[in-house]
Amino acid sequence: MLKIVDLHVRVAGKEILKGLSLEIAAGEVHAIMGPNGAGKSTLGNVLAGREGYEVTAGTVEYQGRDLLALEPEERAAEGVFLAFQYPVEIPGVNNTYFLRAALNAQRKHRGEAELDSMQFLKKVREKLAVLHLKDELLHRAVNEGFSGGEKKRNEIFQLALLEPRLAILDETDSGLDIDALRMVADGVNAMRDPARAFLVVTHYQRLLDYIVPDVVHVLADGRIVESGDKSLALKLEEHGYSWIAGRHVPAHDGAGAGG
Amino acid sequence: MSALLESLLGERAAPVALAGVREAAIAALRERGLPGPRDEAWKYTSLRALEQRRYADGDCGARTRAIDVAFLPGPSAARLVFVNGIHREDLSEVGADTGLGIERLGERPDELAAILRSAPPVDAFGELNAALALDGVRVRVAAGARIQAPVQIVHVGTPADGDVAWSLRVQVELGDGAQLRLIEHHVGSAANANLGSIVTAYRLGARARLDLVQLQDGAEGAGLVRRSDAVLGTDAILDLHTVEVGAQLARHDLVVALEGHGARLRSRGVFALRGRQHADTRLAVTHVARDTACDIAWRGVADQRSRGVFHGAITVAAGADGADAQLSNKNLLLSAQAEIDTQPVLEIHADEVKAAHGATVGQLDERALFYLRSRGLPLDLARRMLVAAFCGAVLDGLEPALRARVDALLAARLPQAEATP
Repeated sequence: MLKIVDLHVRVAGKEILKGLSLEIAAGEVHAIMGPNGAGKSTLGNVLAGREGYEVTAGTVEYQGRDLLALEPEERAAEGVFLAFQYPVEIPGVNNTYFLRAALNAQRKHRGEAELDSMQFLKKVREKLAVLHLKDELLHRAVNEGFSGGEKKRNEIFQLALLEPRLAILDETDSGLDIDALRMVADGVNAMRDPARAFLVVTHYQRLLDYIVPDVVHVLADGRIVESGDKSLALKLEEHGYSWIAGRHVPAHDGAGAGG
Repeated sequence: MSALLESLLGERAAPVALAGVREAAIAALRERGLPGPRDEAWKYTSLRALEQRRYADGDCGARTRAIDVAFLPGPSAARLVFVNGIHREDLSEVGADTGLGIERLGERPDELAAILRSAPPVDAFGELNAALALDGVRVRVAAGARIQAPVQIVHVGTPADGDVAWSLRVQVELGDGAQLRLIEHHVGSAANANLGSIVTAYRLGARARLDLVQLQDGAEGAGLVRRSDAVLGTDAILDLHTVEVGAQLARHDLVVALEGHGARLRSRGVFALRGRQHADTRLAVTHVARDTACDIAWRGVADQRSRGVFHGAITVAAGADGADAQLSNKNLLLSAQAEIDTQPVLEIHADEVKAAHGATVGQLDERALFYLRSRGLPLDLARRMLVAAFCGAVLDGLEPALRARVDALLAARLPQAEATP
């Protein structure tokens, strides 16, 4: 589904990703772990199409297409979803109105019929029930005045509603207490599907107790330096990121394709 | 003397009753001339684009021409329609509310002359208005009367054989304890390049309340110069919403005197411009009496090569202790060629005063824009959503039906994707 080859990305003139390669097949859940500053959030942002991320080399192929050539909204309509690390507050834009407009824009792009407000509300109610969220969320402006946990749950609610094929979760666990973390994980697990892939970016192993990955990658200094199964996450937790740094001296080319 | 002024002050027929006041205004205007770039109050608004224009007078068929205008929905206590500055009986309706008096000034030149004399003009466009006004309306609400449905005054611009210059005088008087909702709607029935001038005086007695909505959706080629001049008595309330999206060149002087103890002004304004539109809003609020309050929030949006000007001056006069003056003006530039000049001015001559003012000019929040796009919203829709939210922040006080109309108006005018380089 997703094939990243030798990706180099600069942000504000500084190279952050330095030859990252990664391959994810439909139905798989990949976790990317790494120390602060390794380039984890850069990866999510560049896949979603954020401006200011300059790709200087490498390719990203998504469902056989050049992902980097698409506008952010085209990527969304093609099934790419980024759950933001810091969801933006947008005063004055109603959550329901925004989500219906977004879903219908995606459906229109794909040549599907748009949903009227009754159909949309039915779908919304189903998803809210699965995530144990209150209706009240819908009547508020997008993320405005939401607590950190509410913002993250709203991201997962949007994920459930938009039903993407490739979901990227950028440190969705940060700032969550254990109950909220479980709720987020339940939401993600309910979405696991042979046709859908997840890329779960996290700093801590804790989330992976609840969202069990098929593959774990370690991102350090802009590259994947090690890949393995879920036990790799446990080893990292035990030994810390310095353990990885010790195993991979800078001269070593540790870029590995997972999957 | 400019060609423009010559064309405006050419031979025009007028009732005898108006002769004296007109001659005085014309003489004063010839002496003063139209404002130029050195005139502080016109620093950002040039009349040069109008200089080579010629304007015809007379009704040019305005009394009979078919017009195509969507009037505002909902019941009204009265609807007074003026087409190119000429009252249209056939389009107007006046109900029979007790306590509501409506007089057409075109039929009462003596009254019009008295009104013109009662408030001598203070600037060139005031003089121009006094020199040219032939028609207008006086709306009076008797003391204690509360008029339920709004009164609408609709100004329709429509093409004539040539471009028309028109002037109107409106007088709104609320007796003590009276209440009125007034909607002033400027609209074009087709493309036209007419130049309109309206001077409106609002006189609010003690404890009177005026809810005023001004909706300016004139034709994009038109010029409109307005002066809204309000005087508030003891504990009177003026609640004003102004939305400005039309006209090529729009100037609005909003002058409010809080003369009575405890008088309050609450005002919310939005302008949204595109193309080469130019809108200049100039506020002058004076706290004359003690314990008076003003709460002003204005938002501006400029796209393409348009230009917005906002000058918000609040003066707290000596002795007006206990005054509370709040002014905020936030602006959004949607293109590199657009420009907004904003200047809040606070002048305080009293001691115990609570005052705050601020102005900003910024651009759309790139983070919010990316967030919306990342969910699948096309760029132009995402931009429109954010701009509508920006404007909507000061429109919550509008009643739902009007709000829906204003939202639609803004949505129709707001930027398309190609607007920004």
